[in-house]
Amino acid sequence: MLIKNCEPLVRAHIEAQVSLSAQTIACDGMNAYMAYKVTTKTSLNLFNRNEFTVKRRFSDFLGLHSKLASKYLHIGYIVPPAPEKSIVGMTKVKVGKEDLSSAEFVEKRRSALERYLMRTVNHPALLKDPDVIQFLESTELPRAVSTQALSGAGILRMVNKAAEAVNKMTIKMNESDAWFEEKQQQFENLDVQLRKLHASVESLVCHRKELSVNTASFAKSAAMLGNSEDHTALSRALSQLAEVEEKIDQLHQEQAYADFYLFSELLGDYVRLITAGVFDHRMKTWSKWQDAQVMLQRKREAEAKLQYANKPDKLQQAKEEIKEWEAKVQQGERDFEQISKNIRREVGRFEKQRVKDFKVVIIKYLESLVHTQQQLIKYWEAFLPEAKAIA
Amino acid sequence: MFSSALLLLPPRSSFLQQRKIKGKVAAKIKTERRESPRSLTHRPTRSSAAMTSISQDADREKMRSVSVDLNNDSSLLIDIPDALCERDKVKFTVHTKTTLNSFQKPEFSVPRQHEDFIWLHDTLVETEEYAGLIIPPAPPKPDFEGPREKMHKLGEGESTMTKEEYAKMKQELEAEYLAVFKKTVQVHEIFLQRLSSHPVFSKDRNFQIFLEYDQDLSVRRKNAKEFFGGFFKNMVKSADEVLISGIKDVDEFFEQEKTFLLDYFSKIKDATAKAEKMTRSHKNVADDYIHISATVSNIGAEDNTALKTHLEKFSELLEKLRKVEGRVASDQELKLTELLRYYMRDIQAAKDLLYRRARALADYENSNKALDKARLKSKDIPQAEENQRQCLQKFDKLSESGKQELTSFKGRRVVAFRKNLIEMAELEIKHAKNSTALLQGCIEMLKVN
Repeated sequence: MLIKNCEPLVRAHIEAQVSLSAQTIACDGMNAYMAYKVTTKTSLNLFNRNEFTVKRRFSDFLGLHSKLASKYLHIGYIVPPAPEKSIVGMTKVKVGKEDLSSAEFVEKRRSALERYLMRTVNHPALLKDPDVIQFLESTELPRAVSTQALSGAGILRMVNKAAEAVNKMTIKMNESDAWFEEKQQQFENLDVQLRKLHASVESLVCHRKELSVNTASFAKSAAMLGNSEDHTALSRALSQLAEVEEKIDQLHQEQAYADFYLFSELLGDYVRLITAGVFDHRMKTWSKWQDAQVMLQRKREAEAKLQYANKPDKLQQAKEEIKEWEAKVQQGERDFEQISKNIRREVGRFEKQRVKDFKVVIIKYLESLVHTQQQLIKYWEAFLPEAKAIA
Repeated sequence: MFSSALLLLPPRSSFLQQRKIKGKVAAKIKTERRESPRSLTHRPTRSSAAMTSISQDADREKMRSVSVDLNNDSSLLIDIPDALCERDKVKFTVHTKTTLNSFQKPEFSVPRQHEDFIWLHDTLVETEEYAGLIIPPAPPKPDFEGPREKMHKLGEGESTMTKEEYAKMKQELEAEYLAVFKKTVQVHEIFLQRLSSHPVFSKDRNFQIFLEYDQDLSVRRKNAKEFFGGFFKNMVKSADEVLISGIKDVDEFFEQEKTFLLDYFSKIKDATAKAEKMTRSHKNVADDYIHISATVSNIGAEDNTALKTHLEKFSELLEKLRKVEGRVASDQELKLTELLRYYMRDIQAAKDLLYRRARALADYENSNKALDKARLKSKDIPQAEENQRQCLQKFDKLSESGKQELTSFKGRRVVAFRKNLIEMAELEIKHAKNSTALLQGCIEMLKVN
């Protein structure tokens, strides 16, 4: 039975735009935390104003995701996953370590949270969710407690996830819908490829950073050589070379950032999105429906048996149970159809978004590469006359 | 599997002649070719073989600029037109064209190994007559360790890559191997050309033997080692102490040169190492582009959305870009790293000259003391006087030629740096413009889509 997707085209433009800036709340020791200013600009009537700012903590974001996941995942919505916790990274920031890596960590997290929110508000259903609206608008938000990394709730969640994984393996679904079979396979393939690509891009980022460091190191060495050189014009040229290389190392550093924030992080986000497991929930829903059918069958058999025994109360009870399970079966079937419908719509939206995201990022990334090359031309063209001036 | 590289750069003369000279090796070529499938592509057809020679010429022009103005005197022209690489041993064909009567024939070629070059260098160092000259630095031993290690790693990681990716990486590595090979050929060539361009060295008897003797030099080499016993070499080891010992030279020129060369040497050594690291990072970035391009291509192949074209074009572009990046890295290596490395060795040779002069000075001072002693004892005065006179003469001759050599050395160095820095800047600009054009072309195509 093929279900045609006749949902209207999803609107492509952004209804609400959010941006984040980070701010440390200076407390001493491990009680210090990072606050993020979330600014929303919107024209929707859902909100009281057109532009407003609130302060949120990392745990608030996790709390929001937790609520959305519990509401929407099981009916087949692709709920954007929240950024991952990093105990090590955050500890460094809390302890007040002022080095480059902790500043980088803060920016990485800020950017990840911003992307997370943008994806959430881009989802037409999630945007209208009261939890989301509250998150964006309310000055005060009840603290999400059960999101601490090593909390009891956290561990319970981990155990549940493991159990789910085992269940997934034991459910064998009779897939009558070729679309789902195809899509699932497609997603699995895409997951493998994206992970591979992500790994390669991470390697690129790493090597580009190395290149930057090594170029800076060479620049210093060239400067020393220039100082040592006793031929005046050559000495000058070597110093100029050192300056050029210093500028170039900055260039490589910036390109590494572009490699990371434009390319690598996007890939990471999509790997996490695909792993969100929308298809698994459909399988679970199907399984529940099947279980209800099995149960109904048992109840019918039980009732049939009771027909020949002389136990009118039990017979009545059996008939009531049959009614109960018939309703459950119907509900199960409805749920299954609903989740299948939702997933089709969601996957369609996801694919459109994926196409858009990647198209935009590829062009932006190429433009970053162009910028680097153009700067290189500038620097070397400025150096050339210096080299020619050596007499 | 790429276990041993056989890179044959066919000579301008016949390919067959080459095979005849290397009897055993030629047979080895045949078997290797049958075993390794890769060599099917490497058995060059005439046209691609010609291309290898031509590109080598162009590269040689560029490489020769490490030391400018060589091989211009037609009375003695030397080059290394081809070489054979088997496992780690490189056999160079040294080709000489001359109008000088001191040689038996006007044109001839001989096979030589790296050790032969070292023998020649060492005999020059040990020759007392040349004490006042800068002896051109010996060419370094051919070192294929880098690409060989990478090839090994590549083999280990083969299962994680697609066929195309693996093929591209291998291609890249083979290019690297070839680059190392070309570099070592050229650095050996320059060594000989420095000698042939020098008014004194070109007439050296051992140099002539090296060029002409049509049999294996290894017997001679062994005898030489025993005879000299590395006398001067051992002296040079402790020579840094001699120079740095702080005795201020009376001669202003040599005092300045000493200070300059000592400082410059350590700086240029450091710069060489840093440049090498920088170039290696560059190569790593280029290699990453290969993997990214391959994976993007795979994603594009399986994609049925409007993204397909984007991914395909992106992948193609990255493949083109990585070739440019690779060239940036290798040009930088040739113009910068190799330049620094060469002059680092040359400066060491200049320092050696200073050591020898310091040694001669010490001898002269000792002879003075001996003369005073002889005068005191009134014994053996004429010998002591003669000794002192000889020492002084040696020292003066050394100082005079040393001054000349060091001055012309500075000129040579400045000219070479100028040429290479200009060429490097020009190449960087060319490659960046090329990359920009490729990128902008792709962006325009994608925006239209």
